[in-house]
Amino acid sequence: MGLQAKGIFLLAVLGAALWGLWPTVQAYRPGADPAQVKYKVNLGLDLQGGMFLDLAVDSAAAADRVLDRLAVELENALLDSHVDYVSVERRGPVVEVVLGAREKPPWEDQPFKRILAQYRLAPGDRNGFAIRLPEGEADTIKKRAADQALEVIRNRIDSLGVSEPQLQKQGANNIIVQLPGLKNREAALAAIGTQAVLEFFIVEDGVSPSLADPSKHSVKYEEVRDASNKVVRRDPFVLGRTPVLSGETVRDARVAISNSNGRPYVAISFDSMGAAAFERITTRYRLRRLAIVLDDKVQSAPVIREPITGGEATITGQFTMQEATNLAVVLRSGSLPAPLNIAEERSVGATLGEDSIRQGLISLALGFAAVVVFMLVYYRLSGGFASLALLLNVVLVLVALAGFQATLTLPGIAGIVLTLGMAVDANVLIFERIREELLRGTAPRTAIDEGFRKAFWTIFDSNLTTLFAAFALLAFGTGPIKGFAITLTIGIVASMFTAIYVTRFFFDLFYARRPRLVSLSI
Amino acid sequence: MSEDRSKDRGKDRAEPARRGRKGRGGGQLPGSASGAEAPPQAAPAGATVTALPRPHRFFQLIPNDLSFDYLRWRWIAIAGSWTLIGLGLIVMAFKGLNYGIDFSGGTLIQVQVSEAADIGKMRDLLNRAGVGSFSLQALGEAGHQDFLVTLGHVAPEAAKRGGASESVPQKVERTLKESFSTLTVRRVETVGPKVGEELKGVAVNAVLVSLGAILIYIWLRFQWRYSIGAIVATIHDVLIVLAALAFTQREMTLTVLAAILTVAGYSVNDTVVVFDRIRENQRRNPKGELGQVMNEAINQTLSRTILTSTTVFLVVIVMFVFGGQIINDFAFSMLIGVVIGTYSSIFSASPIVYMLYRRFPPRLK
Repeated sequence: MGLQAKGIFLLAVLGAALWGLWPTVQAYRPGADPAQVKYKVNLGLDLQGGMFLDLAVDSAAAADRVLDRLAVELENALLDSHVDYVSVERRGPVVEVVLGAREKPPWEDQPFKRILAQYRLAPGDRNGFAIRLPEGEADTIKKRAADQALEVIRNRIDSLGVSEPQLQKQGANNIIVQLPGLKNREAALAAIGTQAVLEFFIVEDGVSPSLADPSKHSVKYEEVRDASNKVVRRDPFVLGRTPVLSGETVRDARVAISNSNGRPYVAISFDSMGAAAFERITTRYRLRRLAIVLDDKVQSAPVIREPITGGEATITGQFTMQEATNLAVVLRSGSLPAPLNIAEERSVGATLGEDSIRQGLISLALGFAAVVVFMLVYYRLSGGFASLALLLNVVLVLVALAGFQATLTLPGIAGIVLTLGMAVDANVLIFERIREELLRGTAPRTAIDEGFRKAFWTIFDSNLTTLFAAFALLAFGTGPIKGFAITLTIGIVASMFTAIYVTRFFFDLFYARRPRLVSLSI
Repeated sequence: MSEDRSKDRGKDRAEPARRGRKGRGGGQLPGSASGAEAPPQAAPAGATVTALPRPHRFFQLIPNDLSFDYLRWRWIAIAGSWTLIGLGLIVMAFKGLNYGIDFSGGTLIQVQVSEAADIGKMRDLLNRAGVGSFSLQALGEAGHQDFLVTLGHVAPEAAKRGGASESVPQKVERTLKESFSTLTVRRVETVGPKVGEELKGVAVNAVLVSLGAILIYIWLRFQWRYSIGAIVATIHDVLIVLAALAFTQREMTLTVLAAILTVAGYSVNDTVVVFDRIRENQRRNPKGELGQVMNEAINQTLSRTILTSTTVFLVVIVMFVFGGQIINDFAFSMLIGVVIGTYSSIFSASPIVYMLYRRFPPRLK
C-alpha cells in the first residue's frame, strides 16, 4: 500500500473511531439521559451505582407450598360438607387427613372428587386418608418455581423506578437481577424478597397465648411501631391453626387514604372463587375477628360485622405511604412460589460510583502522561510516533466497547491503564531492535525495516501469553473481572495494530522525503 | 539531520573498525559518540572531502553489551527466590491469606462518615449490636473517612417469613447512625457460602487453565525445556506475589486474582523475549556453548527486558497511588508481580532451561 493510501486509510479509521465515540459523548453530557443512547460505552454497576443480585430460588419449598394450599382447601371442603374430622395437616410430601370415628372419605361428592382427580391418594393410616402430588408433579413445580419467581419479580421491580432493569434466569434455580442507578437498596430488597404470602385466620379470642394448643392454634404477632419506625412491641394473637383463606385469590390491590384518619391502607379485590370463599367466611364467623396475616405477621384483626359479598376487603395497619405502596405492588404481582435467598449481592451507591470514575479517569490520564513522557525522553521523535499510536489505541478500545455495547467497570478502566503500559512495549521492542541495527552499521531505512520485521514475532508471542491469561479471566470471570478481561484483550489486540502498523506509518511519513537518510531520532 | 552520503545508499554498511568489543556496538552514555564511525580517510588529491557521518546518539540507560555471566549466579538466584517463597509459605501457614468475602462468603459494608469518628467507639457499637463476628477497617483520612465492616456469613437475608424484620446491613447502618449522624452507606456486598465455594473453584480453574495454555504454547513455539523453564519461573512469580499478599495481609479478592493471572501471563512476555534471542543466537552460532549463548542473549536483551517492564511499572505505580482504594490491592499485586517477573525472566527462566539441557541433553542425531 502506498504511503498516501495508508494515510487515507488511517484517517478513515480515526474518523470512524471518533464517529463511533460520539454516542458515548452525547450520552454522558450533563443533563443527558444515557438510557436513550444505543451503542455507547455502558457503565458498570460499580461506576454508576446500582444493585446486582443473584437470587437462589428455594424450589424445594415450592412443592411444600402447593401442598399447604391444598391442606387449606381440603379443610374448607370438609367443613363445608359437614364432615367430622380430627385434623388436616401437611406432613412432609403428603397432606394427612384424620377423620372422625364413623366418617368415611367423601369421594363421591365435589369438591373431593375434583381434588382426587387432580392429586393422588397416598396410604393413610387410622381413619382417614392422605393426598400427595402426582408423580413428577413435584419436579415440575420445582422447575417452574424459578420461572414463576422470575415473573413475580419482574412485576415488582417495574415499580422501583429503575430505568434499565435486567432480569434473567441463570441455571435451574437462580435469578440474576440488575438494577442500575438504584438509589434505595432496602426498598428494592423488600420489594423483591417479600414472600407476600397473604393469609386470613380466625382469631381465637377466648384463648390466652400461654394456653395455646399447637394442634389447634397458632400464635402470630403484630409488630407495633413507634414514630421512628422502630418496633416497640409485639402483640400476640392466638389464631386458628390453618388459614381460612389465602391470598392466592387476590386479583388486585390498590393504595388508598382512609377518610377517617388520613392514613394509607391497601384495598384488595378477590377473584370470583376468593369472593365466594370470603362471603362464606364472613358469614360463618360473623362477630369474630379476622386476622389478616402477611408473611406470618399480623397486619390487623378487624371484627367481622356482617357478611361481605362484594369480594372487597381492606388491609389497614401502621403503614407509611411507601409501605402501603410496596404492599400493594407485591400483592398485585402475586406471591413468590418459593422463598428467595441472596446468593450474591453487589450494591454500590452513586457517590462511590462517581468517586471510582474520577479515580479511574485520573489514573488513565496520568498513566498516559507518564508513558508519553517516558517515550519522548527515551526515544525522542520515535517516542512521539509511539505516543500518537497509543492515543489511537485507547480510542479504539473505547469504540470497541461502545460497539459491542460492553460494560466498562472499574477493573475495566484498570485494564485500559495496563494496556497503555503493555501496548507501548511493542514499540520498545521495535525501537531497541532498530537501535541495535543502527549500531551495527545498518543504513537507517533498512534498520527501520529490520526492526519492524524482526520484532513482529516476538511481539506476537509475548502478547499472546498475556492474552491467554485474559481469555481465562473472560471465560471464568464474572461482572467487574470480565470487564477487566475485555478491555485488556481489546487493548492488546488493538495494540498490535497501532504499535506496528500506525507507528510504521509515521516513520514512513516522516522519513519519506529524505532520499539519503543517515540518522533517526530514536 | 540527514546528510547526503553516497556511500550508504540503501545497503548495509560494512562493519567499521571497532573498539575491541566482541559482538555488536554497545549502549553509550548520552553525549558520547557511539560506534559505527568510518575511520577518517585521507582524501585523494583533487577529490572533495565529504563530511564525517554523524554518530548515533541514543539516550540509552541500560547497556546492551555487558558481559555479565548470569548463569554463574544461578544457584544464588535460586536460593534467594526459594527463600522468599519459603518465607511466604510460612507466613501463609501462620497468618493465612486474608480471604475476602469473594472466597470466604460473608457481608461487606462500606460506610462513610463526614465527621471525626473514633474507630474504637464504632467497634464497641458493633459489638453490642450483636451482628456476630466482624472486622472493622478504616480507610482514608479523618473527617471524610470510609470504614469497611466485614461480617462473617449470616443467614440468607431476603425478607424471611416471620423472621427478623431488619437485614444485617440495615442493622449495622441503624446502629452506627445513632452515634454518627452523617453516616452513609456507600457499598454493600454479600456472598453466600455456596457462591463463595463456587468462586474458589473458578479461581483455581482459571489459574490452571492459564498456566496450562502457557505451558503448551511455549512447548510448541520452542521446546519442552523452555516450556518448563517458563512455567517454573511463572509459578515462582505467582507464589511470591501470594507471599507478599499474605505478609501484608491484603485482601485476596477476585480482582486480586485477576491481577495474579495477568502477572502470570505478563511475566512470560519478558521470558519469551529472552528465549527468542537465545534461539536466534543458537541459529547463528550452532556450535557455541549453551551457557555462553544464553548469557549473551540475556545481556543483549537486557535493555528490552527492563524497559518493557518499566513502562508497565509506570502505569501500575500511577494506579497504586491515584487509583483509589478499590483497585489498590490489585495495583499492589501487579507492582510486585512486574518487578518479580522481570527478575525471574533474567535470573530464573534461562538457568532452569540451562540446567535441563545439562541434565537431559538432546540425543545426538
